[in-house]
Amino acid sequence: MAELAEAGHAVAELTVQEYITHHLSYLTFGQVDGHWGIAHTPEEATEMGFWAVHVDTLGWSVFLGFGFLLFFRWVGKNASIDKPTGVQNFVEMVVEFVDARVSEGFTHKNDLIGPLCLTLFFWILLMNTMDLVPVDWITKLFEISAATFFNFEHAPFKIVPTTDPNITMGLSVSVFFMIIYYSIKNKGLGGFLKELAFHPFGKWMLPFNLIIEVPTLFAKPISLGLRLFGNLYAGELLFLLIASMLGFWQLPAHFVWAVFHLLVIPLQAFVFMMLTIVYLNQAHDKEAH
Amino acid sequence: MNFNATFLGQSISFLFFLWFCRKYVWPLFSAILEERKKRIADGLEAAARAEKDLELAQHRSTEQLKEAKTSAASIIDQANKRAAQIVDEAKVQAREEGQRIITGAHAEIEQDVNRAKEVLRAQVSAIAIAGAERILEGAIDRAANEEMLSKLAAEL
Repeated sequence: MAELAEAGHAVAELTVQEYITHHLSYLTFGQVDGHWGIAHTPEEATEMGFWAVHVDTLGWSVFLGFGFLLFFRWVGKNASIDKPTGVQNFVEMVVEFVDARVSEGFTHKNDLIGPLCLTLFFWILLMNTMDLVPVDWITKLFEISAATFFNFEHAPFKIVPTTDPNITMGLSVSVFFMIIYYSIKNKGLGGFLKELAFHPFGKWMLPFNLIIEVPTLFAKPISLGLRLFGNLYAGELLFLLIASMLGFWQLPAHFVWAVFHLLVIPLQAFVFMMLTIVYLNQAHDKEAH
Repeated sequence: MNFNATFLGQSISFLFFLWFCRKYVWPLFSAILEERKKRIADGLEAAARAEKDLELAQHRSTEQLKEAKTSAASIIDQANKRAAQIVDEAKVQAREEGQRIITGAHAEIEQDVNRAKEVLRAQVSAIAIAGAERILEGAIDRAANEEMLSKLAAEL
């Protein structure tokens, strides 16, 4: 107990900047000084380079993904056609919502788009929703546990995966590869390149066309991933500022910001799904647009 | 803000989840929704068919009712005719029977009258003879009187 109190005390002494930096650090697993382990400071985490993993955000991401898919599967297995119960109604509502958006926005035939959009939408929705868990609950619990049981002071623990650009870019770049795959599959490699080179000004303006079209193509995954990251990161940051600077006034302020954020959470998941539909629909369009 | 293998980890988990969702989650729900759509369509179709059946049945029942009314009317008509016929036949029979009885009675009366005449005739002649005998006191030719008296009796 004394250790617990001491850990709590040590945390309470943090300055605002330290508090926020701590909350924005990741629990990073990688190679430090020639052996694998958890980074104990942000500097160590940076030194690990590319071959390191954010155990916290990736862990939550995988946990939430498995959680919702297994839950959906369980509901689907136990579903009744005649007498749907509450949970089944909810899941069916989600599936029908996604299916309706797909049939509105996607004019070609591809069985992958439905499951793709369901996965993206609900998974991102869940990851974003982690933002509504009060910023210190799980993080502090983890920090105290790590300090108590592993002598690891100030252990960082981020629970909102979509505030990690690695996570959002991981999604958007995967979507980007699908865009390229389906473009080449449907238009042929020549057709795909033609769209980049002879559009929008015809073949005599080829270099100019490339200057316009290539960045447009690469802007898709970047904007897709960074939009989601930026929105959630900003939301998280504001929660942290409120938590660190407002004293007891943080309670109403948290509530107000959480209400605003309640709009952002599903909206960003929805936007990600809709843009994926639009991009993939373009990838299936045979005629140049 | 380190760019690192978390990116790869997320991409791999995304592809795995996508595969899982496509293979084990999505088909369950599309099957359920499809099946429910089908059942609703079937139900609506059955309802429409039942409505048509009902209409048909109503139509048929009115027709049958009409038919029954017509046949009942014709049966009553026939019965009335038959009854009138029976009454007529009975009237004719009764009249004939009455006539026969009357005729019989007439014949009987005539017979009785004739019998009474015979008796009277015999008695009158006896009275006349007795009267004449009393008047003439036996002096009269019995044979000649007899002849005259029987002539008299025939005239009565």
